[in-house]
Amino acid sequence: MTSQELWSLALGRLDVDALDFLKAFYAPSENDDILSGAAWVVILGAVTVVALLTIFRAWRPLFRDWLTSVDHKKIGVMYIVLAMVMLVRGVLEGVVMRAQQADGLTGGFLSANHFGQLFSTHGTIMVLFMAMPFLTGLINIVVPLQIGARDVSFPMLNSVSLGFTTAGAALIMISLVIGEFSTGGWTAYPPYTGRVFQPGVGPDYWLWAVILSGVGSTLTGINFVVTIYKERAPGMGFMQMPMFTWTALCTAIMMIFAMPAVTVSSAMLVLDRYLGFHFFTNDLGGNMMNYANIFWLFGHPEVYILVLPAFGVYSEVASTFSGKRLYGYGSLVAATMVIALLSFTVWLHHFFTMGQSADVNAAFGIATMLIGVPTGVKIYDWMATLFRGRIRFTVPVIYLLAFMMLFVLGGLTGILLANPAVDFQVHNTLFLVAHFHNMLIPGVLFGLFAGYTYWFPKIFGFRLNEVWGRIAAFNWIAGFMLAFFPLYVVGAMGMTRRTMAYAEPAFQIWFHIAGVGAALLTAGLASLCVQLWVSIRNREQTRDIGGDPWDGRTLEWATPSPVPEYNFAVIPRVHSREAFASAKAAGAGYPEPASYADIDLPGPTWTGLVMAIFGTTLGFGLIWYMWWLAALSFAVIAVTLIGRAIRGDRHPRVIPAAEVAAEHRAWLARIRALPAAPRTQERSPANRGMAAPEYRDLRP
Amino acid sequence: MSDPAPQSNDDGYRRGLRGYLSGFLIAALLTAVPFWAVATGRLSAVATIAVIAGCGIVQFGVHLRYFLHVDLSPGKRDELHLILFSLLLLIIMVAGTIWIMVNLNLRMLVMPGGDM
Ligand code: HEM
Ligand SMILES: [Cu+2]
Repeated sequence: MTSQELWSLALGRLDVDALDFLKAFYAPSENDDILSGAAWVVILGAVTVVALLTIFRAWRPLFRDWLTSVDHKKIGVMYIVLAMVMLVRGVLEGVVMRAQQADGLTGGFLSANHFGQLFSTHGTIMVLFMAMPFLTGLINIVVPLQIGARDVSFPMLNSVSLGFTTAGAALIMISLVIGEFSTGGWTAYPPYTGRVFQPGVGPDYWLWAVILSGVGSTLTGINFVVTIYKERAPGMGFMQMPMFTWTALCTAIMMIFAMPAVTVSSAMLVLDRYLGFHFFTNDLGGNMMNYANIFWLFGHPEVYILVLPAFGVYSEVASTFSGKRLYGYGSLVAATMVIALLSFTVWLHHFFTMGQSADVNAAFGIATMLIGVPTGVKIYDWMATLFRGRIRFTVPVIYLLAFMMLFVLGGLTGILLANPAVDFQVHNTLFLVAHFHNMLIPGVLFGLFAGYTYWFPKIFGFRLNEVWGRIAAFNWIAGFMLAFFPLYVVGAMGMTRRTMAYAEPAFQIWFHIAGVGAALLTAGLASLCVQLWVSIRNREQTRDIGGDPWDGRTLEWATPSPVPEYNFAVIPRVHSREAFASAKAAGAGYPEPASYADIDLPGPTWTGLVMAIFGTTLGFGLIWYMWWLAALSFAVIAVTLIGRAIRGDRHPRVIPAAEVAAEHRAWLARIRALPAAPRTQERSPANRGMAAPEYRDLRP
Repeated sequence: MSDPAPQSNDDGYRRGLRGYLSGFLIAALLTAVPFWAVATGRLSAVATIAVIAGCGIVQFGVHLRYFLHVDLSPGKRDELHLILFSLLLLIIMVAGTIWIMVNLNLRMLVMPGGDM
């Protein structure tokens, strides 16, 4: 065997040229410097994390308390940490693209290939590795608490889902250092992503990242449907569930049905690329239109998977911070269900221009416009909730108000696009890019930020800093408007999307404005980091001891902050819709349980971690044709999963009733000693998480 | 019910095992038949497709019955709702796909002056 053959047996198609971080040294150019620089940021970031963990001797606690934990709250936090890391990368990529286009009249500073990779990773990351983990994290943290459960139905599966999602994200990060990413956009349409046009590793990175995270999300969906169906506290019927739980249920159901579609379309593309199949090729009977069809069977429901939980957050925020019952609960539930269903009937609007007859287009156009109706119902419900409420302008409320105004605008441009005749004019332009960012940033991202701010004290036991929260919110809102409203204009003038340069001088001023917006967005991102830092440093002033810092209305606020591992000392019995609010109104917010019982908890497991590590190596082996690595990783994954299924949980734990009772009584005693804070002092250090009784809406 | 009982209950465990094994056998059979039909080519094209589709649909029922333990008893209403909803979505997806792809195909065929 020659050394050449040995090399390719061991390392597949990997060679020195693939190592981006070396490019700055042997092929220096502005473009390659940026590429290498980004690779170095990833490498140095990883080294720093490892070093810090070692210096602070945090490896053991990290493994023991976090990575092997099956506690839904910790898994939720890990999802959100992952989302935040990916958010940083996604935003910075967006900003680099904005800078490139601001400079686009003279050609800019990026190569076309690099720009292609940027919008492809940016879109993929923002949708699948930022928004999805973020909302999955929130659902993980909040839903079991809101329904009065001890954990999700399948705690181990939950950590496996996290493992697969992390593996997908890791592949995308690795693509920055080793090799290149696809230039086919977040949709990865063949034949351009087929092996004739892109024989390299780029589309393979996209495919395996998407498949791994798709499996993770499908499992998450199953887990939460079962949890919400089976684990609700006694007395909580479906119509007593908090609104966020309702949206989580609909999202989870949609995940079960939508995620397999993208897994299938990706798997078919894998067969095309790896084994010479012809599902989507130009020749030999392939039909790439079926890729667009299957992909958008996933893609459109996906955007509602993202936005529904944000709607849930806004519902909770609106009623909590106006001190009122949620207006129109029944209509909100119905609207959520209608949106979930309708979102499966509109996918063709993503390819109006790809050749169907006008009849087909008309049918899907009308279905698309229909979604505006239940969404409008929701907006009115939130307005009516705020109406005559005693609104406190906390950070989540600022996001809520910005959302209500901006989302309506974005929705209106969506209605425009739903008309195929209009779509033919502006499809594939920056008008569309402006439209979907107008939905995704105020709709999804602001909702996630609002939820992060709102539930943060529940998990960590102190509130986030208000001042920096407001600075961040201002930067995000203003930055969004400046960065994306100009795109409506240049889009209508004919500037196509995914285009790095232009020859029309009239575009330039708008791109300069958008560049200013991008700078504000960067400031918003930085403010979020500063906020976290300042909040941790000043945590003694914002301690949430009582567990109810916002005068909350649902069950999660009836627990101590941070929530004990077992959530509730005794599973509560639910009598009404806003269970905690009505208990507090009746003066029975903190009952002393008559008796306590032993609590069974699942033990820690390495399974999720094994999925994360070997999922990554599996993908990496497949991408680089290192077949031995792929086979080995697959074997490890299979043996671990099957072994775990046969063995079951070998380390279940029981928390004795006496211990639960002692902890709970200590908390009750601490609460009684706390001064109750009126809402006027909500944001001052006087708020220790014990809400003073307020004027309450006494109507039935 | 057909739920597998805890392992301590030997009888229930056996019953559960029997359920899963018969489900597995039927499912394997329903997989083997289409393979046979395609591999040997004994049947006409239409009959082959019909066999594949038929086995697929029966397979669906077998999975529900033996592995997901869904049936029509009143205690299983919630599951039934989910199943019906699944059915609705599947119909939307399949019918929509067929409609779109057939429509595209029809418009491809008419290429005046083209050499396709
Ligand atoms: C926060 C600041 C953000 C900035 C500055 C930004 C900027 C950009 C830019 C410049 C593009 C390329 C436009 C083109 O095709 O010419 C883009 C595409 C895209 N963005 Fe963003 N974006 C941001 C946030 C988000 C968020 C929060 C999401 C989703 C949750 C998102 C999802 C997407 C998607 C899906 C694409 C399309 C990628 C493709 O063409 O395949 N973006 N963004
Ligand atoms: Cu859509």
